Amino acid sequence: MPSLDFNPNDYSEIPYVVYSDEELYVQEQSQVYRGRTWHFLALELELPNVGDFKTVFVGDTPVIVVRDKKEIIHAMVNRCAHRGNLVCVEDHGNLEHLTCVYHNWTYDLEGNLSSIAFEKGIQGEGGMADDFDKSCHGLEKLTVQTYCGLIFGTFSEDMPTLVEYFGPEMCKNIERLLGREMELLGCFRHGLDGNWKLYMENVRDTYHASLLHSFMTTFRLNRLSMKGAVEVSEGGLHHLTYSIRTQDNDQGQYNAKEIRASKDDYELNSPELLQSWPEFKCGTTLAIQSLFPNFSIQQLSNVLTLRLIVPKGPDRSELTWWVLGAATDTKEQRAMRIRQSNLVGPGGYIAMEDGAVVGWVRRGVKGSENKKSVLAMGGRDTERRSNSRCNELAVRGFWQGWHKLMES
Amino acid sequence: MPEIRIPSNASLALQHRVDAFNRNYGHTIDEDALEEWPAFFLENARYMITTRQNHEENMPVGLILCENRGMMEDRVSALRVANLFEPHSYRHLIDPPVITEQQQGEISAKTSFSCFRTTQGSAPEIFCTGKYLDRIIDDGKQLKFLERIVVCDSERIDTLIVIPL
Repeated sequence: MPSLDFNPNDYSEIPYVVYSDEELYVQEQSQVYRGRTWHFLALELELPNVGDFKTVFVGDTPVIVVRDKKEIIHAMVNRCAHRGNLVCVEDHGNLEHLTCVYHNWTYDLEGNLSSIAFEKGIQGEGGMADDFDKSCHGLEKLTVQTYCGLIFGTFSEDMPTLVEYFGPEMCKNIERLLGREMELLGCFRHGLDGNWKLYMENVRDTYHASLLHSFMTTFRLNRLSMKGAVEVSEGGLHHLTYSIRTQDNDQGQYNAKEIRASKDDYELNSPELLQSWPEFKCGTTLAIQSLFPNFSIQQLSNVLTLRLIVPKGPDRSELTWWVLGAATDTKEQRAMRIRQSNLVGPGGYIAMEDGAVVGWVRRGVKGSENKKSVLAMGGRDTERRSNSRCNELAVRGFWQGWHKLMES
Repeated sequence: MPEIRIPSNASLALQHRVDAFNRNYGHTIDEDALEEWPAFFLENARYMITTRQNHEENMPVGLILCENRGMMEDRVSALRVANLFEPHSYRHLIDPPVITEQQQGEISAKTSFSCFRTTQGSAPEIFCTGKYLDRIIDDGKQLKFLERIVVCDSERIDTLIVIPL
């Protein structure tokens, strides 16, 4: 396996091998995805009723999330304890119990094995071995916790609570955006042509947004000259960046002649696309938050989204978007959110480029696996906070968190 | 599928008109005449690309959602000057339409399509299959969309969608 010889507390140079190596990928599945992390599984509102289930992935592992008869949410590996067949083939639905179609082994909604076809054989012949104990052959369970309507699961048995894992700064933003009754307005997926970490780097990269995304810069949705900050949680794991559109201190840095993304002569025929209302007292108009390893929460004007990037081998990944509104939205507010959601998703005016660069970097680094990228914007340290978003500290933090888990 | 009936001569003529309209629409996109694409729609028309699952669950957000022709023109100008993506073209294969309703100059139709995408330097690939759910206004001379909902069969899009379907 390639050695990961980072200098202590210096994650400013990343070997390109991390985006393509098969052995690292396998280690990542055990250390990151089945290791000491909490993974986003689903939204509580996707499973409103008893028996509602959804199939998801934690890394490569297929997982069922289900609401049981006491309304408690459980998660278990979607693999029959008998011969490994998928228990749920449909991606969502409602069930009274979980039955594997292969040999009719049946589990309750907590994942306990409740019955086996022909357990005692037929007419006294055949049947399971005498020493077979059903209570030892349930579905493999994850520990589940929910927070602000988000369901998380972990394979680790010694994790801190979700709230401790996120820390108070991260929780404050999650509660600001999602600590109320929400409504799902749409859910979209796209396949990306590169490693999942390329996308997470992009989510945490506060430097690129106004340079890559013309739409963002031209319509002043986000510029580095606006008031804002970037924060990283203890150990680098999570990050939060925000900005306030009404407080822009642009002194000509976004000169259209020098910054490609800044287009003075570009206007919309239907500017109502960008119509928004001041939803939050703090004035925040853009907030991007990543929760390690592969989940993020965004506010862009009034578009509230969740993103989950799931690895599909070293060279592929799949991104899911959930677009949310608040249950208390007025008709006009809901319409604004729906219109603004043209900014996000696979066809999003802003988001589409993030999907594209994942593939471009993958192709760019081919043959250069022993070379390194440079993340020195804002210095090389793993500091926790900066008032300037012209800084790659959140990306360095990602590698700090990732490296610690990979070495553990 | 009771909605597919053997057409009378009058409805056959209408079906041909809608078919020709759809084919022109497809060629306009495939030949990169995107600036002409909004002209297939009425000023207050609605254009939405969504997925089968979102459509069945009545989700209001689209992969692309235009609530008037101006928003369609903005999609075209953005892909010309603002958005970044790898150059690619489409080839639409559009089935004959199934006219599901017709009254007082308004036609409802459902049409299957497939769309191949060719990205520079690569072989064509199936980008999308799905159906068009249309409301078309016939003023006696020409047809225009009042609404076109593009329902993609898969909920998964490869990389990005920027050119309309």
